[in-house]
Amino acid sequence: MTQIDSPSALNRRQFAVTGAAAAALALLPALPALAQQQPEAKPWEELVKKILGDAKPVEGKLTIDMAEIAENGNTVPFTVGVDNPMTDKDYVKAIHLISSANPRPEVAVFRFTPATGVAKAESRMRLVSTQDVIAIAELSDGKFLMVRRPVKVTVGGCGG
Amino acid sequence: MQNPRVKLPEKAKAGDVIQVKTLISHVMETGQRKDADGKTIPRKIINAFSAKFAGQEVFSAELFPGISANPYLSFYFKVPGPGEFEFTWVEDGGAQVVQKEKLNVVA
Repeated sequence: MTQIDSPSALNRRQFAVTGAAAAALALLPALPALAQQQPEAKPWEELVKKILGDAKPVEGKLTIDMAEIAENGNTVPFTVGVDNPMTDKDYVKAIHLISSANPRPEVAVFRFTPATGVAKAESRMRLVSTQDVIAIAELSDGKFLMVRRPVKVTVGGCGG
Repeated sequence: MQNPRVKLPEKAKAGDVIQVKTLISHVMETGQRKDADGKTIPRKIINAFSAKFAGQEVFSAELFPGISANPYLSFYFKVPGPGEFEFTWVEDGGAQVVQKEKLNVVA
């Protein structure tokens, strides 16, 4: 699926990368503020804090590939991946996927081993409304990568 | 939780990185919905997935209500040689479905 590189797929990926850079820049100053008591911190921000601990995430290498506009929020296909070697000494341990507006911020955690060869996973998620999807990758050396991208949702999922 | 489906390449060589695709039928009830009487429908989702190859765990996932019904999961795998996959899906409450698939490794 992702092997076929159409021009539009390429554009999407480039978009994801630039989006990652912008998101990381936007988020970095926000993190120290979060560390102080901030009772109105949103659930997804609490979750990000819990995953990162004191670590400062860096940008790049981690991408979320999904449509910019999701017509059906009940099932939005996505691919998350890190462009990183997968050797016993240097590999991606996990990718956390987080929603900024769903009733619960956790969406999925994918755990990799060097045996996977490539740190990439695909699934389908629910999105209740237009929001940001955040991914955090945890590397074997203790570093974290983070990316955030907006998704417009035409008809929300999770409803009932 | 039924009808697990797994798609592997028809054949693979040692050293290849293959894509493994899995799908299972499940409503993935979020615990947010209400029934006709206004009572909350209790959460019931598949909360964990794991893939073993030749007895060793190679990939796993923790799933939350944000994952769509009939969860599709795909990951990659670098073929070390011949062997069999064992896939496990775990539902809230502990029920499990296990599916085994041999990987056709050619020289």
